[in-house]
Amino acid sequence: MSIWCDEDTRVVVQNITGRNGRFHTAAMLKDGTKIVAGSAPGKGGQEVEGVPVFDTVAEAVERKGANASVIFVPAPFAADAMIEAAEAGCKLVVVITEGIPTMDVAAALPKMKELGVQTVGPNCPGIISPGKTKLGIMPAYIHTPGPIGVISRSGTLTYEVVHQLTGLGMGQTTGLGIGGDPIVGSTFLDVLEAFNADPDTKGVFMIGEIGGSAEEAAADYIKKEFHKPVASFIAGRTAPPGKRMGHAGAIIAGGKGTAADKIDALRSAGVVVADSPAGMGEAMKEAMQ
Amino acid sequence: MKIHEYQAKRLLADLGVTVPRGVMVTTPQQAADEAARLMKETGKDLVVLKAQIHAGGRGKGRFVGHDDLGGVKLAHSVDEVRELAGAMLGSVLVTKQTGPDGKTVRRLLVEEGLDIERELYAGLVVDRVSERPVLMASTEGGMEIEEVAAHHPDKIVAEPGDPVRGFLPFRARNIASRLGLEGSVFRTASALLQACGKAFFELDASLVEINPLVVTTDGRVVALDAKVNLDDNAAFRHPDWAELRDPDEEDPSEQEGRKWGLSYISMDGNIGCMVNGAGLAMATMDIIKLEGGNPANFLDVGGGAKADQVTAAFKIITADPKVRAIFINIFGGIMRCDVIATGVVQAVREVGLKVPLVVRLEGTKVDEGKEILAASGLDIVTAANMADGARKAVELAG
Repeated sequence: MSIWCDEDTRVVVQNITGRNGRFHTAAMLKDGTKIVAGSAPGKGGQEVEGVPVFDTVAEAVERKGANASVIFVPAPFAADAMIEAAEAGCKLVVVITEGIPTMDVAAALPKMKELGVQTVGPNCPGIISPGKTKLGIMPAYIHTPGPIGVISRSGTLTYEVVHQLTGLGMGQTTGLGIGGDPIVGSTFLDVLEAFNADPDTKGVFMIGEIGGSAEEAAADYIKKEFHKPVASFIAGRTAPPGKRMGHAGAIIAGGKGTAADKIDALRSAGVVVADSPAGMGEAMKEAMQ
Repeated sequence: MKIHEYQAKRLLADLGVTVPRGVMVTTPQQAADEAARLMKETGKDLVVLKAQIHAGGRGKGRFVGHDDLGGVKLAHSVDEVRELAGAMLGSVLVTKQTGPDGKTVRRLLVEEGLDIERELYAGLVVDRVSERPVLMASTEGGMEIEEVAAHHPDKIVAEPGDPVRGFLPFRARNIASRLGLEGSVFRTASALLQACGKAFFELDASLVEINPLVVTTDGRVVALDAKVNLDDNAAFRHPDWAELRDPDEEDPSEQEGRKWGLSYISMDGNIGCMVNGAGLAMATMDIIKLEGGNPANFLDVGGGAKADQVTAAFKIITADPKVRAIFINIFGGIMRCDVIATGVVQAVREVGLKVPLVVRLEGTKVDEGKEILAASGLDIVTAANMADGARKAVELAG
């Protein structure tokens, strides 16, 4: 099994005609994703990589039976695109877009939840269930099906761990980036709960970073209710306080959100925390023994 | 994005928050003139001079070469204002937030002095757990909220904002009531807190902090100090933010990075880093440190960078005289390795390469990227993986 998406997921790509939408539509198709439609206002009737384009997501859902969306819509319009997808009936909405104002996301999420939509992102690489489907921008070739669930606040650092896991013969059920913004649709907790309920997921690798307290909350949950092995890496041990490290959410403020605090919390919950990003795969192997 | 106190106060005042009368000045003469005007208007021989830098702790900070001069001073005459402003302007102020190098003060805020009866605290932040803004207040004005939270958590009162509806007026009234305010002070404080809530949303702020929020002896409620941080992601709908930026407050390399849409932060080591993705960029700094080296910078070229941005990034790194080796660590997703390779080759042709360059490429279009580098004939050290790259960079930096 996998969480939230599989070979039956029918995908609409929002802003399929943009540079990134077009490039990653081709990549997702190559990786086996069932992309049934694209949307781009005013471009209805066109085709991208053989995928029919509609003016609205509602039309894409009605005509092609899409039940999930991947959003490549520019930041100023992305919150609108999220609610458009949810109202049209998509149950999984993956927001790749980076740079959406925090309050736009905060204002959109209650509506998404009310409509029973699982939102992933924004500012994330998406979600992949290797061998089944990919709703995102991660390079699929580094993935392989297997027993490990991967969760991360980062994009490229996720590729790094997946690459290491695959290299050590540990494939993945589902891998997903929850995004680097202060407020995101799916938290570590949401994803851990889903992995807890998935019988095929035998262990989880979690990549955190400085800022906020999501890792501490995850540690608390792992200690109390999560009964599968967990390994982790926390990025930003060398990050100076008060500076936003690329991600809007990656900032040590008022002495809170340091890597050391997060590592302590995770270790006290029995999580194997890798000291080096080069040792993430090994940490998972150790946790699984 | 950080802005100065006088800018924060102006933005807040425009949205109905009561702030002291005051003007920003850049010369001692201007300071004296404005002080004279304020003294005449208020009928009091008292003004406050406040150093304008993007760092807190100014009152307790000290100017280099002036052991008894802090960043916030009271003055009782125009001559005293002129003298103090002369000492403050152009001098370096060191506070616990500036680091040991301190910051040069180029702007002062000259404000009316108030007779203070009580000092309160009010602040609005984004609460990541509840996924909404929260208005916090306490009776412990002047203290840092983190300190109050650590030692007297019972003294903090909080009310949530609604990301769709904003801050409802009753939330502000609840806060004022729980702070123990009564009568006309209750009413004016409620109005001020409500205006702060409105400002948080309208300004696309990530922080609005009034510390202290004071009640004066004549019953006025005034934002004596104000700090506003703005959500960089919302800059597209605030064209006016461009003029709020103070180039003197930012590292020139960080400014150059921002101009190119790059996320660059100066560090004090000697290994220049270029990485795609913030998490991997942080992890790259971490692994350089683990291998015994020190990163010269954090640099995330982002997901969708084009070749000219990569070229700009490379130029920023090589312009740093501390840099003894460069480590490019790329795991392509949206970012394609061929784009990185093209940008790097272009940059080296333009600015030359005076230090060793270690490159690790993986991910989308990795073979094309490696071919471009190989075909360029440049003297590049390739790395098999992240640890290998970090080790080589540390070794070559010496």
